[in-house]
Amino acid sequence: MEQTKQAPVFHVPSTQKKKYKSSSASLTVSRIFIYIFLIFLTLLCLFPFYILLVNCSYPSSQIQQGFHWWFGNYFANNWNKLFNNSGTPVGKALFNSLWLALVNSILTVYFSSLTAFATHTYRFKGKKFVENFILLIMMTPTQVSSMGLVLYCIQHGLTNNYWILILPCIAAPATYFYMKQYMDSILPYEVIEAARVDGTSEIGIFHKIVLPIIKPALAVQFIFCYVGNWNNFFTPAMLLNEENMKTIPLIISSFKNSDPRTFDLGLVYMLITVAVVPILIVYLIFSRSIIKNLTSGAVKG
Amino acid sequence: MAEKTKKDLSPEESILSPYGRLRLKIVNKFSKNKGTKSRHKMVNYAKYGYMFLIPFFVIFFIFQLVPLIQTFYYSFNTYYKDGLDMVGPTFCGWSNYVKMFTDPTIRLGDFFANTAIIWICGFIPQIVVSLLLAIFFTDERLKLKGTKFFQTVTYMPNLVMASAFGMLFLMLFSGVGPVNQLFGTHISFIDDVWWVRGILSFINWLMWFGNTAILLMSGIMGIDESLFESARLDGSSAWHTFWHITMPLLMPIFVYVLITSLIGGIQLFDVAYIFTGGSGGPQMTSNTIMMYLYSLVTNAQDFGLSGAVSVFLFLITAVLSVLVYKTLIPNYSATKAEAKARKKRMNWLKNAYSEGGNENGAD
Repeated sequence: MEQTKQAPVFHVPSTQKKKYKSSSASLTVSRIFIYIFLIFLTLLCLFPFYILLVNCSYPSSQIQQGFHWWFGNYFANNWNKLFNNSGTPVGKALFNSLWLALVNSILTVYFSSLTAFATHTYRFKGKKFVENFILLIMMTPTQVSSMGLVLYCIQHGLTNNYWILILPCIAAPATYFYMKQYMDSILPYEVIEAARVDGTSEIGIFHKIVLPIIKPALAVQFIFCYVGNWNNFFTPAMLLNEENMKTIPLIISSFKNSDPRTFDLGLVYMLITVAVVPILIVYLIFSRSIIKNLTSGAVKG
Repeated sequence: MAEKTKKDLSPEESILSPYGRLRLKIVNKFSKNKGTKSRHKMVNYAKYGYMFLIPFFVIFFIFQLVPLIQTFYYSFNTYYKDGLDMVGPTFCGWSNYVKMFTDPTIRLGDFFANTAIIWICGFIPQIVVSLLLAIFFTDERLKLKGTKFFQTVTYMPNLVMASAFGMLFLMLFSGVGPVNQLFGTHISFIDDVWWVRGILSFINWLMWFGNTAILLMSGIMGIDESLFESARLDGSSAWHTFWHITMPLLMPIFVYVLITSLIGGIQLFDVAYIFTGGSGGPQMTSNTIMMYLYSLVTNAQDFGLSGAVSVFLFLITAVLSVLVYKTLIPNYSATKAEAKARKKRMNWLKNAYSEGGNENGAD
């Protein structure tokens, strides 16, 4: 780099022109290679899901016989078999997963915003300490720290209790930080002060003024929380063992020991589809804002 | 209580419009000689700050701190289920910790090694591919089309239920599964040590490379564009630019990705548990450390020993977390530029965490 810096200025046009020409040719070549690479990765990401969808439209016997490139017509049968079987309550598990994830994400988003509102708006003694303390909690990994809770519940016979899965969602440091950052960037103190002067109560300010303003952040965090809760396996696996209280991941786990040679494969593919596809559809609908949100980290600073 | 209804406004305030009151308030705020009244108000509002923090901290103390302290306590006790009876808790000093490292039946070292192998085989390709993608997506000269599409697709596996992923791959790689059908082979994947480890690493790679690529991309986008510009004008090659500009400036974020992935790797559970049917693969060669802890809690119900293992894991991950914090946010801020960079990294970090980046490789 040092050497090229010392090159006389009047040489630049000719050399640059030459360089530009050769580099544009090499750019095209590298562009082609990059596209091939990207398409390869895309296929790798999509192929498992394609097989999943294709195979859940065939009966078990045909799945074992050979590879299928295109969809069959057994989809509805597999669907009915999955939800009407007597052994595992898939419908109930689906319902459990749906409402549990919904309640958990609403609690997480609401209380994280409230906590963020408290540290964003008010000045009080120990505020700096509170902020640093929450940052410290955020750093401790979730699975290892939830181990303590699991041990506690098993010792005290608190298993098969949804409250143990719901209530801890109120303290979600990562969501808190997202909300805090969003409020810092978008919510001026004057707005709160004006509402206060109008005679709105403090909690009223939060409900009527702040929540509507931070709606986009609420939506994004709600999606992330919902996906996280929907997919959650580790803690529920240790705390829920009653058939009727199980969630979808636990039902999937109960199939893990069955031998693929004797089991109804169409049913299992259907179960995985039910667990995976709703989330993927929601993701594809909101993917634009989710990806934008993911990349915004550096730009915001 | 401290909320102001129209009645208890002072006469001076009551004649003003809301806007006028706001202005009065701002004037009061910035005037040097504040009245006792405004000071009184500050105290009142601070009360609300504390009030709104109560739910978070109450829940944190009940559901995280108390159980954590209890785990610490039980790790120093003999406390396990023997048949239907509970033995203990009786204080036993460090014996659980000694047992954990020396008892040959526990094989904690093997499980650590399994976890490490699966993590490394997934992480190296993950970081290479992610770095390539991040560079391709941010390169000004390449002007790739459809980057949004590729980002969307490669990020997608990250949102898929990890246990469903494990089950799906168990189906795909079964003896009569689609992979064997497609290649006309009859390999028994789930009975081979390295196939099982390799597939687990592959699933981890598939789930996380898109996420990492986006994190690194946002890191590269945060680098001052003029640096790349001047390097280009100086005739620096792409390779040279990468090693001398991109990489050094990306280092903090690179370290973040490495350590969070390591923390996630230690917590590897869902995929391995489902894929191996809870057995840990052939001769438990794919039994991860978390799977061992799981069996200690659910089958053996040995709270003393599982407490000791949890505390050990907690300490390792806590040290790693502190390392992330130290690399990304150095305590000194000598110049204005350094302070700005620090703030930027801080924001990036919080953002990365709130999008689930801290679970890198976890499930």
